[in-house]
Amino acid sequence: MTLKPILQGLTFAVASTVLSTAAIAEDPIKVGVLHSLSGTMAISETTLKDTVLMMVEQQNEAGGLLGRPLEAVVVDPASNWPLFAEKARELLTQEEVDVIFGSWTSVSRKSVLPVLEELNGLMFYPVQYEGEESSRNVFYTGAAPNQQAIPAVDYLRNELGVERWVLAGTDYVYPRTTNKILEAYLMDLGVAEEDIMINYTPFSHSDWQSIVSDIKTFGSAGKKTAVVSTINGDANVPFYKELGNQGVSSGDIPVIAFSVGEEELSGFDTSPLVGHLAAWNYFQSVDADANYDFIDMWHAYIGDEDRVTNDPMEATYIGFKMWVQAVELAGTTDVDAVEQAMIGQTVANLTGGTAVMNKNHHLSKPVLIGEIQDDGQFEIVWQTAGVVPGDAWSDFLPGSRMLLADWAPPLKCGNYNTETGTCSGTVY
Amino acid sequence: MKQALLMLGCWLALWSTQTMAETETTPSYEDLLIELTEANLNTTQPILEQIEATEHPDVLVLFKTLLDGNLNFRKADQALISIIDINGTDQYTEFSTGTAIDPLGRRDVTKIRVNNNLRNYLTSAIGRLQLTSPNPELRKAAVLSLLDNLQPSTAAELTRLRTEEDNRSVLASIDLALAMYSAESGDSTAAKITAIDKLSESLEPSARNLLFSLERDAEDPAVQDAATEALKKIDGKVTFYGYVDQLFFGLSLGSVLLLAAIGLAITFGVMGVINMAHGEMLMLGAYTTYVVQLLMPGYINYSIWVAIPAAFIVAGLFGILIERCVIRFLHGRPLETLLATFGISLILQQLVRTVFSPLNRRVAAPDWMSGSLEINPVLSLTYNRLTILIFALIVFVALLLIMKKTALGLYVRAVSQNRDMAKAMGIKTDRVDALTFGLGSGIAGIGGVALSQLTNVGPNLGQAYIIDSFMVVVFGGVGNLLGTLVAAFTLGIANKFLEPITGTVLASILVLVFIILFIQKRPKGLFPQRGRASE
Repeated sequence: MTLKPILQGLTFAVASTVLSTAAIAEDPIKVGVLHSLSGTMAISETTLKDTVLMMVEQQNEAGGLLGRPLEAVVVDPASNWPLFAEKARELLTQEEVDVIFGSWTSVSRKSVLPVLEELNGLMFYPVQYEGEESSRNVFYTGAAPNQQAIPAVDYLRNELGVERWVLAGTDYVYPRTTNKILEAYLMDLGVAEEDIMINYTPFSHSDWQSIVSDIKTFGSAGKKTAVVSTINGDANVPFYKELGNQGVSSGDIPVIAFSVGEEELSGFDTSPLVGHLAAWNYFQSVDADANYDFIDMWHAYIGDEDRVTNDPMEATYIGFKMWVQAVELAGTTDVDAVEQAMIGQTVANLTGGTAVMNKNHHLSKPVLIGEIQDDGQFEIVWQTAGVVPGDAWSDFLPGSRMLLADWAPPLKCGNYNTETGTCSGTVY
Repeated sequence: MKQALLMLGCWLALWSTQTMAETETTPSYEDLLIELTEANLNTTQPILEQIEATEHPDVLVLFKTLLDGNLNFRKADQALISIIDINGTDQYTEFSTGTAIDPLGRRDVTKIRVNNNLRNYLTSAIGRLQLTSPNPELRKAAVLSLLDNLQPSTAAELTRLRTEEDNRSVLASIDLALAMYSAESGDSTAAKITAIDKLSESLEPSARNLLFSLERDAEDPAVQDAATEALKKIDGKVTFYGYVDQLFFGLSLGSVLLLAAIGLAITFGVMGVINMAHGEMLMLGAYTTYVVQLLMPGYINYSIWVAIPAAFIVAGLFGILIERCVIRFLHGRPLETLLATFGISLILQQLVRTVFSPLNRRVAAPDWMSGSLEINPVLSLTYNRLTILIFALIVFVALLLIMKKTALGLYVRAVSQNRDMAKAMGIKTDRVDALTFGLGSGIAGIGGVALSQLTNVGPNLGQAYIIDSFMVVVFGGVGNLLGTLVAAFTLGIANKFLEPITGTVLASILVLVFIILFIQKRPKGLFPQRGRASE
C-alpha cells in the first residue's frame, strides 16, 4: 500500500486526530478507531478507544506487524449514528486504514455496514448484541444472544426458580430484538403471557419511579419474579438508584442486566444493589493470572489504579490479537486474505480457556453470571462448563431459525437458507 | 503431614455432610471455618448451617461480615481476614483474634463468595440469632426476615417469645408471623380461616404471597374462598395506596421540573432572553456538587450544604459573564440571542468534557437521602424525592420573596415592564440586567445540586432538561412565577398518571401534544401577564 504524499502531509496536518506512534521507517499499517468520544455513548466507548490505543502501543513495542509499525487513526462519531457511516467512509477512503475497531450500539453498527461492504473494509465489533446478522466485513467479538441472554434466563429459571418475567429495555433495536427472542424462548418453555411484562424507555431516561413501582407490583403476585434488563447507557444509574431507594432487594426481585458492567457501575455507590446480576463473557474479578496481567497492563497504560476493565475491553483485546495473528498468517493486510485467515484463529481468553473465531464470524466464548458486590465488582456465581459458540441467527425466531452463516468456502454466505438452499445476499 | 491430615479431615467432614449426614462427630467451629474457605457456592450452605448449630458466640459477627461481603481468607494459611473499607482505605483484620494486620496484595487473599441463596439464608439466620436482641427494631426486622421461611420450630420459638415480648410493634409482627404459620399449616379449617382473616388486615407482601398460593393450591375450598375474600380486601387498599404513590411520583417529577424551570422563569420569563444555555447552568450546579464532594471527602453528609451556595455562586457568575459578554449586545434580537446562547451551551459542554472527561461523574448521596420513609408495606416515599420536593418549594418561596420584597426585585420588575421609563427613573438597567441574569442562572445552579442526586452528572445533563424547562415556563405563562409552579406540578402529575397506561415514551408525547393544543387556544399560557407590559 502506498500513500500519496499529499495525503500523508494532510495526515500530519490533522495531528490532533492522528496519533502517529513511531518514526515512519516504513509505511505504517493503519488501525482505525471508530468510537464515540462525546455524546451519550462516550461513557462506554471512550474506554474502548483507549484499549485499542494500548494494544497498538504494545504491538509496536513488540516490533510492529510484518516488520511495519502500527498507527492508530482516531475519529469521533460523537454518538451520532449517521456520522458513524461518514467517519467510516473517511477512515477507509481518506486515511486508507487496514482495519477498523469500532461501534457500540447496534444502530451505529447498522449505519456503518453499507459503507464497509461497499468499500470492502474490515471492522471488529466488540460489544454484545442482538444477533440476526453476519457480514463478510465484520467480526463480532461480543456475545450473541445465545451467549448471554439465553444462558441468563436459564440460570434464573433453574437456579432461582423464577416464573414471572419483566423484560425492561431502552427503546431501540438491540433491546427490542433481544426481548423478542427472549419472549419467544419463554413462551416455548410454557411461560404464560400474563407472566411476562415488557417495558421500553428512551435513552438517558432518568425518572424511574413509576416503572420501579410497577415492577414491585408485578412482582408481588405470589410467584418468584425477575427483571431482565437490556437498559443501555447511563439510564442504568438512576434505574438502580431508584431500585435501591424503593427497597427492591436482589433477594425479592433480582435484576439481571446485559449492558451493565464494571464501567457503568463505577458511576455510583453499589451497596444497595448487592446481589443483582449481570451476564457477560468476562468479569474483572475473574481469578486468573492472564486477567491480572491484563488489568496491570491497563492500569500502567491509563495511569490510574481505579479504572476498571470490562467485557467489551476483553472482546477488543481478543479481536485485536486475532487480527494480528491473521495478518501474520496471511502475510498481508489485504481484507480478503485476512478475512479468510481469521476463521479458526484462537486466542487465550482472559478468563481461562480459548476463544475461537468460527465460520460465522462469531466467537466461541464462556458465559459467566456475576452478582454485583458493594465495591462495584461482580462475584461469579455461575458459568458454563465450556465455551459456547456464538449463533448469528437465533434458533428461537421463526424467521431466522433456518438461516446459517458460513463464510468459509464453499458456502461463503452470511445468511444461507437451509430450507431453500439459497443465499439471499443481503444482511442488513 | 499435619496439613495433609487436616485436609483429609476436612474432606471427610465435607463428604459426610453431603452423603451420610451426621454419622460422625460434629466438627468443631474452628474446623468449620477452615471448611468454609474450601467450599464452593453450592457446598457453603451446609457448612454455614453447621456453624450456626455450634452456637459459638462469634457466629453473628461472622455471618454479618460474610453477608456484607467483607470476609476473605489468606491463601497462605487459610486464616479468615475481614477487609472493611473505612473512608476509602481497606482495614485488614484477622477474624479469629480481632487484631489489625498489614494490608495484603489482591493475589494473596481470596474473598469468600456468597450468592443470593446464601444471602437469603444468612439474612434469616441472622434473624434467628437476633430474635432475642435487646433492640426492638432489630427484633422486629428479625421476625419480618423469617416470614418467608416459617418452620414449625420457628413458630414454636415465636410463640414462646410472644409471651416475653412487650414492644407493641414487635408483638404485631410476631402475631403476623404466627397467623401466616397457622393459615398455612393450622390444625383445622376453622383455625386456618381465622388466621386468614387476620392476614387480610396486613399489607405485608409475604402475607399477600401466601394468600395467593393458598387461593391457588389450598385443598379445602373454604380456605380458598377465605383467601380470595382476604385478597379482595387487601387489593382495595393496595389500589388506593397505589394512587397515593402515583400522586407522590407526580409531585416529585413536578418538583424536578420546577427546579429546572424556575431559573428560566426569571431569565426567559421576566427578562425575555431565550437562553438555550440554561440547561448548562443546571449542569454547572451539578458539577459544583461533585467538586465540593471531592474537596471534602469524609463529609459527604454535610457537603450538600456547602454545595448549594457554591453552586449558586458558580452558576451565577457564569450567568453574569454570559450576560456581560454576549447577551447585552443582542437586546431585542431574539433569534440571534437564541443562536448565540446555543453556541454558549455547546462551548460549556465541551469545557466540562475537557476539564472533567466525557464520562459521568459520581456524586454520592448523603445517608439521610437514601432509602425510604415507610408508611406501610405498600406505600413508601423515597427520602431523596421527598427532600427535593420540599427543597424545590423552599427555593420557590425564597425566589418569590426576592422578587416581591427586595429592592432588586422591584428594579427587575420595573426594568422588565418598561426599560426606558425605568432608566429615566435612575435605575442602572445594565447592572439590573446582569444581576437578574445572574440570579436566574444561580437558581438554576441550585436546581443542578438537586438533579445531581437524581440523575447522571455528565456533560449532557442540561440537554435533557432544556426542553422541559421551556415547556413549563410557556405553559405556566411567561413572566409569572406562580404559573411556573402550577405548570410544573400539573405536567408532573399528568405525566405520572399517564405513564402506567401508555408507557413512558407515549406519555411524554401526549403531554407535548396537549401543550401544543393548549398554546393554540391560550397563547399566553395558564396565567397570562396582564397590562401594557405584555403587549
